[in-house]
Amino acid sequence: MTKHNTKKRDWTFAQLMVTAAAREIADKEVVFVGMRLPLLGFLLAKSTHAPEAVGVYELGIVRDTLAPEPIMTMGDLPNLYRAQWLADTADAMGLLQQGGVDVSFIGGAQVDRFGNLNTSYIGGTTNVETRLPGSGGACDLASLANRHIIIMSHEKHRFVPRVDYITSPGFGDGDGWRQHVGLPRGGPSTVITTLGILRFDSNTREMVLASVHPGVTEEMVTENTGWPLQILPDLTQTPEPSEEELAILLRFDPQGYWTGK
Amino acid sequence: MFLKFGHLEFDTVPKSKLMTLPESIDRFVPDGSSVAMCLCLESLIPFAAAHEIIRQRKQNLTLIGPISDILFDQVIGAACVRKVRAAWVGNVITGSCYNFRRAIESHSLEMEDHSNLTVAMALRAGAMGVPFMPARTALGSDLFKTNASLKTITCPFTDIPLTAVAAIKPDVVVVHVQRADEYGSAHAWGNLGVTRDACLASRHIILTAEEIVSPDVISRDPNRVITPGFRVSAVVHYPWGAHPSPVPGYYNRDHQAFIDYRNESKTPELFDGWQKRWVDNIQCYQDYLIALGEKRISELALKHHVMSETVDYGY
Repeated sequence: MTKHNTKKRDWTFAQLMVTAAAREIADKEVVFVGMRLPLLGFLLAKSTHAPEAVGVYELGIVRDTLAPEPIMTMGDLPNLYRAQWLADTADAMGLLQQGGVDVSFIGGAQVDRFGNLNTSYIGGTTNVETRLPGSGGACDLASLANRHIIIMSHEKHRFVPRVDYITSPGFGDGDGWRQHVGLPRGGPSTVITTLGILRFDSNTREMVLASVHPGVTEEMVTENTGWPLQILPDLTQTPEPSEEELAILLRFDPQGYWTGK
Repeated sequence: MFLKFGHLEFDTVPKSKLMTLPESIDRFVPDGSSVAMCLCLESLIPFAAAHEIIRQRKQNLTLIGPISDILFDQVIGAACVRKVRAAWVGNVITGSCYNFRRAIESHSLEMEDHSNLTVAMALRAGAMGVPFMPARTALGSDLFKTNASLKTITCPFTDIPLTAVAAIKPDVVVVHVQRADEYGSAHAWGNLGVTRDACLASRHIILTAEEIVSPDVISRDPNRVITPGFRVSAVVHYPWGAHPSPVPGYYNRDHQAFIDYRNESKTPELFDGWQKRWVDNIQCYQDYLIALGEKRISELALKHHVMSETVDYGY
């Protein structure tokens, strides 16, 4: 993880990232919830400003209420309790493929300036330096949701000009690429990192820095990005998690397994 | 009872398919088989059956599944696997899996990279008896470079580009269920992932079950049956056979076991120790339950029972 200003604060960067993820969800949206931090982001959104958001999980779960107990992962039994629907993976993916999912969340290991994501092969496929777990549903979420949000650690070796392998398509090599390859819709809307929040220029489809987290400077972000990063003229500071949001997160992640550090 | 018609003999009473776990793996998972497992994604993962595959030191297997949590990593670590056709091989709550990483990075394992949707469509094509299924995912991605089962085609009706996903027809599928009868009819509930298509697509089906119940219990609720019993090859009674994954109605997910496995598989030497303790020293489910210990078993047990209403199938 990147070193931050060590000024005393009463929240962790993981909590800030989850809070930022939650704020990307609007009420009544259909959310394809990914693993780990996004799981908490969805629960936080449902508990605050988006009580009528509906969650779709690739295991074959649709639910519109909170699980009755904290869950570590989407397959935990409390997440099945009084689900709106328990079904097959193809059913959840069908909702996604027909265009019925507003927003999805995916984690990344390596990302490039057009939001293409690699979670498969670092170093390429012939000389594999590091084999990562692969797509899971991420490629599908990036291909088929109306928009997707990427959550990842902001480090120079992860923010590269061109990913070694496209597991989950972003905007390819720029504007028009998704239409050209035949993707029906979507594309990344936001990248939430350990340092800031980035969005995509609507003309060039290139990533631009939109906000920096409290204690993070513009320079820290550009130094940890592997290409000359564009910065929005009205760069803002990411809002801190509120006391209410922190209290809710503590309820969902009581041991701090996901957000403690 | 046998009926004779000329030279033909008919067995009018269905045959019990109940057998031991070692017998089922020995008979239906020969070396070189393609084996589909982990089809509910995070729950009902057939760990006991995979451990028997390891104990029998099977060779040159092809593993098929969407995400496997840590099961594929264990079978890979035991050197049973030649090829993996999957969307994701890792540890759901900790990230990368080390045996899988080592095998790919040392070029000793062939990988066919899928997404969850393409695995689902490949098995559905197998289930439907068609050579491929179309999808709109993955276009523009590099999955096409590391997966010969994916090709782009043009839709004959609309001219839009599509991903054609070639059918996968596993030699055998291994499914853990809550309850089965001895003839191969079984109930499974919870989220079902790609289980139903995988069963229909596979030549043989091995069921491991928490409980063996009378055929009456199963046949009175046919909507809950996972696949037609006549296609099932083996039924094995194996309580806690999905631990540490959760089984709806039986036990919760054992998160600590997944965290421990991460630490106990970091090096090949550590993994050998893990395999000795949790696989090679276990001969039956009673051994496994003793290894788990009463305290852990009671911690994982359901604390709240939530029963559904019964439904009327009458006429």
